[in-house]
Amino acid sequence: MVFTIEVNNRPIQARKGETILSALRRNGIQVPTLCNMKDYTPTGACRMCVVEIEGRENLTPSCSFQVEDWMKINTHSPRVLAARKTIVELLLSNHPDDCLYCERNGNCELQLLAENLNIRERRIPGKKSAYKNDKSSPAIVRDPAKCILCGRCVRVCEDSQAVACLDFTHRGSELIIATAMSKPLNFSNCINCGQCVIVCPTGALTEKIQFEEISNALHDPEKILVAQYSPSISVSLAEEFGLKGNRDINGIINAALRKIGFNKVYESSFAADVNILEMAEEFLRRQSKGEQLPMITGDCPAWVKYAEQYTPDILPLLTSVKSPQQITGTLIKTWISEKEKINPAAIFSVSIMPCTAKKFEGQRVEMTRKGISDIDTVLTTRELARLIRLHGIDIDLLEPEPSDDPMGGISSSGKLFGVSGGVMESLLRTIFYKHSGNELDETKLPKLRSFKPIREAQLKLGTAEISVVAVSGMNHAVKVLEEVRSKKKHYDIIEIMACPGGCVAGGGQPITKDENAIKNRIKALYDIDNKERIKTAHKNPQVIALYEDFLSEPMSKKSIELLHTTFTPREVIL
Amino acid sequence: MEKLDNLLKKFPDLSRDNLIPILQATQDEYGYLSEESIKKIALALKLPASKVYGLSTFYNQFRFSPPGKFHIRVCHGTTCHMNNAGLFLKEIHKIIGIGDGETSRDGLFSLEVLSCIGACGQAPVISINGKFYDRLTKEKLKSVLLTYRNMEVV
Amino acid sequence: MEEIIINNETDVFLMQVVHLDKVEYTHSMESRLEYLRHDKVGRPLILVSMGTSSLVAGSEATYTRICQYSEERNLDAEIMQSGSFGMSMAEPIVSIQMPGRTRLLFSNITEDRVGSLLDDVFHNTIPTEFCIGQLRNDKHEGYRDTLFLDETAFMKLQKRVVLKNIGIINPESIEEYIARGGFKAFVKTIKHYSSEEICDLVEISGLRGRSGSGYPTGKKWKIAHHTPSDQKFLICNAEESDPGAFMDRAIMEGDPFLLIEGMAIAAYGINATKGIIYIRTEYYQSIERLEHAIARAREIGILGHNILGSGFNFDIILRKGPGAFVCGEETALINSLEGKRGMPQSKPPYPATSGLHRKPTIINNVETLSNIPAIIGKGPDWFNSIGVLNNAGTKVFAISGNIKFPGLIEVPFGISLRSIVFDIAAGPPEGKKFKGIHMGGPAGSVIPVSLLDTPLTFESIKEVGSGIGSGGIIAMDEDTCILDMVKYFMDFMQRQSCGKCIPCREGTRRMTEILESITRKPVNDNGHTTLERFKGVMQLESLAAVMKDTSLCGLGQSAPNPVLSTLRHFREEYEEHIFDRKCRSNRCTELRTYFIDVELCTGCSLCAKKCPSDAIFGTPRHPYFVVEEKCIGCGLCYESCKFSAIHYK
Repeated sequence: MVFTIEVNNRPIQARKGETILSALRRNGIQVPTLCNMKDYTPTGACRMCVVEIEGRENLTPSCSFQVEDWMKINTHSPRVLAARKTIVELLLSNHPDDCLYCERNGNCELQLLAENLNIRERRIPGKKSAYKNDKSSPAIVRDPAKCILCGRCVRVCEDSQAVACLDFTHRGSELIIATAMSKPLNFSNCINCGQCVIVCPTGALTEKIQFEEISNALHDPEKILVAQYSPSISVSLAEEFGLKGNRDINGIINAALRKIGFNKVYESSFAADVNILEMAEEFLRRQSKGEQLPMITGDCPAWVKYAEQYTPDILPLLTSVKSPQQITGTLIKTWISEKEKINPAAIFSVSIMPCTAKKFEGQRVEMTRKGISDIDTVLTTRELARLIRLHGIDIDLLEPEPSDDPMGGISSSGKLFGVSGGVMESLLRTIFYKHSGNELDETKLPKLRSFKPIREAQLKLGTAEISVVAVSGMNHAVKVLEEVRSKKKHYDIIEIMACPGGCVAGGGQPITKDENAIKNRIKALYDIDNKERIKTAHKNPQVIALYEDFLSEPMSKKSIELLHTTFTPREVIL
Repeated sequence: MEKLDNLLKKFPDLSRDNLIPILQATQDEYGYLSEESIKKIALALKLPASKVYGLSTFYNQFRFSPPGKFHIRVCHGTTCHMNNAGLFLKEIHKIIGIGDGETSRDGLFSLEVLSCIGACGQAPVISINGKFYDRLTKEKLKSVLLTYRNMEVV
Repeated sequence: MEEIIINNETDVFLMQVVHLDKVEYTHSMESRLEYLRHDKVGRPLILVSMGTSSLVAGSEATYTRICQYSEERNLDAEIMQSGSFGMSMAEPIVSIQMPGRTRLLFSNITEDRVGSLLDDVFHNTIPTEFCIGQLRNDKHEGYRDTLFLDETAFMKLQKRVVLKNIGIINPESIEEYIARGGFKAFVKTIKHYSSEEICDLVEISGLRGRSGSGYPTGKKWKIAHHTPSDQKFLICNAEESDPGAFMDRAIMEGDPFLLIEGMAIAAYGINATKGIIYIRTEYYQSIERLEHAIARAREIGILGHNILGSGFNFDIILRKGPGAFVCGEETALINSLEGKRGMPQSKPPYPATSGLHRKPTIINNVETLSNIPAIIGKGPDWFNSIGVLNNAGTKVFAISGNIKFPGLIEVPFGISLRSIVFDIAAGPPEGKKFKGIHMGGPAGSVIPVSLLDTPLTFESIKEVGSGIGSGGIIAMDEDTCILDMVKYFMDFMQRQSCGKCIPCREGTRRMTEILESITRKPVNDNGHTTLERFKGVMQLESLAAVMKDTSLCGLGQSAPNPVLSTLRHFREEYEEHIFDRKCRSNRCTELRTYFIDVELCTGCSLCAKKCPSDAIFGTPRHPYFVVEEKCIGCGLCYESCKFSAIHYK
């Protein structure tokens, strides 16, 4: 039912059952919020969205109040504005004055509110609480001093990621968001997915910045700097520079990285193809030997940590193939260093990922051979953007450049790794080919391209049919695993990505208020696949060359030694 | 932790509704909530440990370190405040050398501040291990604390 | 729930009594009841009040001493415990009833006085200095020259409805409760009324919630009654955490069956099958008494399945609140019961339509529910006749502070505040000037002495900028500093705020800091700190307004009340503190000016060593002096001086 209400002396249309906030926003009236999250029930904690309703004694939070036909609302009366301003001033009275030094300078909701509400002096004096910075995690840094206690991280961690690493602890002015027993993050059950970083309105949660290591390496004449970047970076980095349209800017990234001083630049999607070949082989072997299925992907380091903590019993089901980041890292320090006669110890290998958990993955002990780690440093998309700006590179004026051989050749199947369901699609293409010798019609799996969090599909392999599922968002993954465990569902392959939507929505991606950003990134990846000539891993000529030259065949002794890994149960406070 | 196992068995319904009663029973048993107990309770109730910890830090009742042999509870209600409870509290800090919610290093005393015992007619009031001392004066307070300290020496 | 089976002879008798009207009692029943309610005693009855306030005063030792005394002398006496009568100053109270005589109440019977008291009374002498009065009872021979209790100043203006049994009956005896007419209202309810009619009766009676808001109870019940649901809950809010309030505790300790009866009727009215008493953990004795009372009520079949054959099922469980002031707020309380942090939620939905586990839930406090049996038993018109228009019935208060007779009182609405303070509680201590009263707990407000003629109604109290709250009254005389009180309340709220919404979390904290800065000497009086201080003062009112306007729950909305009301009535005290750096009550120690008496100072130099701000100078063995501008008023010198040479003004 639609009815008319009066807002700021003008009529607007409202729908029965919706909140005041939703009606206002639809009608183009902007009311600020801090704790509000799309698709979550409102908590009414921040009180920023208060409006004046005629006939009600106090101001009313528009986020948690249903609109009714008798309402006469004023959204920007002097009383409302004074209240909002005071609330922000109260927050600022306990906030460090270090915007200039803050990670989120220029992209901070609190800063923006202070600006929009025209706060120009520190009106409310007061003592600031003393907090400890938590830098213990390899992936995420928490600075409670900057926390405004909106609770978004708490909710995303519990509801979307099924981890509930964080919760409110204590109360009143001592209220602070903390892990169980207030332990440092690295002792907690945090899976490093970084979704909390994405939702944090201020600089209270950020990725662990690893700039320093890079600039040190850049200044070290002994070092050979090598970079790799994930397929989902190329469709999101543009946002950081305000470029319209999520186009693939691979060539520009290559050029930028070289300008910064990287000697070699690769795309991780090459290794994604390798990863597919290895996984396809592993799956076919497991299937033919009658070994335990489903096979579960292990590309997502957040999911892997989750499994190690919560479901150690299913670790044997995970594929042993390393993720594309680690495969690239390994190949750089083995194959390429052999080929180009570079001492692997002199290589400084940087990986640029849409992900905070990849920072953790890069540091795993399993990812080190003979004291040399596969990857030296992992940067997020956001850090890359900053690195480009730091080096004064005008991205608009760069001419696209190809990435370096022998890992320059890519297929669009590796590109699909950036989106939930993409690994599965690529994998099925290769499995189908390996099984039947024919190419799979790539339009045959539309179900894997829906926007649902759980995407099931079936594929005929000769007479048999295999059943697969791709799931993103740990809360949904938990459901799928529960169904498998209770034998309600049977799958042959399960693809799990921790972040809702896949790596395009990873914790290292640009923080944006654009609600369509993630859909646009996904669309860009699918567009690449639609246009690309080589759509399968097994057709990638340079991957074929890799096997001929170095690994001989998927799951050969050498590839198992180099490209496969192990998982171990992990004890943390759950 | 065996005691905790037995205690959990007394709650046939291990739902979140019973979380607070379970934590209360655990604290009654051990005197405080240890990290081990919190982990175990969280596991038994299939709740994230952070939620159990977050909840227990919200409420005054729960403590995370063992109480002293003599647990001093000081009423800091309005009437007690008017009758100098604040100063008495400082006096206790001075004499025993611990702050609110702390336990002395020798494990002898612990101190808890209550918002009101409800004996406002007889303010100021403290209780030590359940025994009340009303209409306190500085001298009375000193002698009471001394008595307990000497009790231990003997 | 199991089918109720009663197998005990007394219990069968009790159920008979409950079912019958008074006129239907047989002679033998009547005489048995006379004994049960101690109208008649065969041997002397000694009653020791053992409520928490009595315990604090040492009643346990008194009780032990009495038992000892009785044993030593082979006294054939019944020794019993009761709840606290409500006269805090008179605790421990011992009542003695000799066969055929009225019951006498004695005050301040500490352990050491037991011997002489019992010696006297058993030899027919009344120690008048300890005697409070005698309980009126036509069937007994009274004592001459002894006041009846209802003639005493403390009791004369009181009207005890909820407290009628407290301090008089044995709270652990369901027999005595029933013998005094208990559970009759409940039986009347399930026999004669539909649940809808019960809601009607309560609405007609004009009963309003006794927890502060004054919302009509019957109206609230009706919302839950009319919300369709397979399960409804009745919660009794016994998380009485206002400092200075102990009304509910006294009821639960002194007359637990009354609460159970009230809850049973309320549950019938809203069709709830499950009742929960959410009680403060620190209320050990109330918890014990209620546990016992619930068990007894189950035994005789007042609680359980198919109660008295009516088809109505109801049971009560006790849940101990782990301690958070904010859990007095309904949605926070529900969160706590669901095993969550007690943070309030946005309303609507109100608990009456969607509460515990999203089921319709009625939350009433102890006093509200304890009024129900009388309303149903004696009828809504009777209840309505007490008090004044729109404010029916009585209100229980706990009065303490600078007052001669602190304690628990129950007065009809409409009585003036002055009567409460000066007639019942006897005013401030001798020779002190009265300043005002604080009502409504930490979020309440101060009413100055000039407004004490305000009649007690929800509306008129609100008009003078305060609220009845749950019923704590703190009396303040000239020795109490208004700013010190306000600072205490703000600090309390700051600690008790759940922290969820920004205005309350940050606002209470900043207001506390501002108040602290007013009551403290600035360390450095030139420049920055002074500026900040004045800036803060200017913010007090605007901060208070925003907190009231935007906070999520009642706690935050009412937290600035003490500041606002005192700014209104005691502005001059603020100004004195700010401009003159003076505290007229001498409570704000940090504003004191210290000086050294040259006659007494021996020049030992101890004070100078102790002084943290180097404000004391002098030459050893000559009198020292304090530099006022440097003194921060910490008082360390005053405390350390061994020759009492340091004074302050």
